[in-house]
Amino acid sequence: MVSQAGKVRLSRSAARERRRARLGPLSGLSHLALVVWTVLVAVPILWTFLASVKSEDEIFGSAWSLPASLRWDNWARAWDHAHIGQYMLNSVVVVAFGTFGTMLFGSMAAYVLARYQFRGNRAIYLLFVSGLAFPVYLALTPLFFVVQNMGSVPLIGQFIGLDSRGGLVLVYIAYSLPFTVFFLSAFFRTLPQAVAEAAFVDGASHSRVFFQIMLPMARPGIVSITIFNVLGQWNQYQIPLVLLSGQAKDKWVLTQGIADISTAAGYDADWSALFAALSMAILPMLVVYTIFQRQIQAGLTAGALK
Amino acid sequence: MAIRARAVTDRKQMSYVPLGFRAALGRFAMTHRTDYTRARFIAGFLAVPVLLYLIYVISPYAQAFYIAMTNWRGVSATPQFVGLENFQRLLGDGVFWTAVGHNALLLVLLPLLTIAIALFFAFLLNVAGESGGVSGIWGARFYRVVFFFPQVLAVAIVAVLFQQVFRPDKSGMLNAPLMALGLEPVGFLSNPDVAFWSILGVLVWQAVGFYVVLFSAGMASIPREMFEAARIDGAGRVQLFFQVTLPLLWDTVQVGLIYLGIAALDVFAIVWVMTAEHGGPDHSTTVMAAEIYRNAFQYFRFGYASALGVVLFFFTVAFAVLAMRLSRRDRIEF
Repeated sequence: MVSQAGKVRLSRSAARERRRARLGPLSGLSHLALVVWTVLVAVPILWTFLASVKSEDEIFGSAWSLPASLRWDNWARAWDHAHIGQYMLNSVVVVAFGTFGTMLFGSMAAYVLARYQFRGNRAIYLLFVSGLAFPVYLALTPLFFVVQNMGSVPLIGQFIGLDSRGGLVLVYIAYSLPFTVFFLSAFFRTLPQAVAEAAFVDGASHSRVFFQIMLPMARPGIVSITIFNVLGQWNQYQIPLVLLSGQAKDKWVLTQGIADISTAAGYDADWSALFAALSMAILPMLVVYTIFQRQIQAGLTAGALK
Repeated sequence: MAIRARAVTDRKQMSYVPLGFRAALGRFAMTHRTDYTRARFIAGFLAVPVLLYLIYVISPYAQAFYIAMTNWRGVSATPQFVGLENFQRLLGDGVFWTAVGHNALLLVLLPLLTIAIALFFAFLLNVAGESGGVSGIWGARFYRVVFFFPQVLAVAIVAVLFQQVFRPDKSGMLNAPLMALGLEPVGFLSNPDVAFWSILGVLVWQAVGFYVVLFSAGMASIPREMFEAARIDGAGRVQLFFQVTLPLLWDTVQVGLIYLGIAALDVFAIVWVMTAEHGGPDHSTTVMAAEIYRNAFQYFRFGYASALGVVLFFFTVAFAVLAMRLSRRDRIEF
């Protein structure tokens, strides 16, 4: 009792002293390590933001100099001349449709596979899950020709062939299905049966039970996997590189556009616009991440913790 | 309610009225109809996803194994079956084996470095706190948020970003201070001896945060008493890490090893976008995925590229099987 009272009376600085004495320099070192990594993460990004408002001369003059004036015209040039605005819009459209389709079809397949017994159920499930093991690079060549052939389908061909956003959306959906089905069927299996049964007794149809009862019950899982798919499709580079050729630059996605500015531009490149373009690609992610960081961390690690 | 009521009356009738032909027929029609709507529902829900999946995923994979055994070149040429000729050729393809070597090196180093750094930080953030007991360090949440951020950026964007960071002159973020100190600038991407390590550095830079968060979640699920008991028994931080945390976290670490191993085999965008000559200089950074893409879409050797793809596929499967076998250890229940 006496010692407790004594502890309370210790001032904050004295407590800190005691802690330091007990833990020695280790605590200071661990803080240092954490700060060093924070700097390693933050500085390249902040440096890019800084360079995006510098003039070309300032960029080449010295990497760390501050700009004499803030040149927002770099951003305007990146948005218009380097078509970042167009690329970003394309990315938004493709990811919106791609993720919506993935979630709709993925949850439908996962639900049926998780909660209905029928012949072939296991085989279809394994077919989907086997897709997790294949490296996408194995499929690239045939995929190119599959999408090319889809282009000659009457009526809808031009919307789903090569150099079309529709084709990219369908491919995104198909390649997102393995993980989505795998994850969501595990999730649907854990949901209780009682509520669905009560609805069936009341005469609800199978699809109504799915859309109005099971899907809302699966919300946490749906949210996680939606975030996973949005980020995965937004960050995709390899597939658009194959399916959207240089003749369809107006349909390119953001990753493709930015990579192209730096690889193809050569000596006459507009470097300050490149930094502005990079900043434009990073900034929305930073904002979205700051707001939803808890959900994003949960969504991305959800798969690994299953 | 109506259905249930009818079922009850049905059963009542059954008990004293012998089952007539009409009743039997009715019951058969009933069950048959529900079976039919059920089957129609299942088929209806599976049709689109399975169809999309067969067209865009399964059929390309299946075709790849066949194309690998043809001499298909160019967009218009007709492919001929050549058996294992492509595979014989790739045995003597020095560039491809350089790429395989790089993937192998990444396969060892990327998981090792990333997991070591991530475990260290996760431990500091969750267990090695200073408040006497075993809580996280001050500001743990902030660090986790910052560390994780590179994970949400596209690899292609990160590649362009670091291309600028690594610039070989005084416009480079890293070389500017070096040159200001009077040192020679480092050719992070232009020196063949250095370029590969720059790639590895960027890969680790981007991956660490994810595993800090993953391991933090794993550590949070370990009961506090475990650490407290160890502390009371006089365990220091090092012992706390190696003898308590690591064994209890082994399952999660295993998942990380497999994920990072697969990631090491699938490296593409960082090499393709960031390095000179897409895998250069002088093939010093090239990887399997880059060689597959180059052969398919720059040289238009579709048959040969598919054969390289098949090799990558077998490497991936071999790694997955090996990893599952080796990392299987007695699970500690808590």
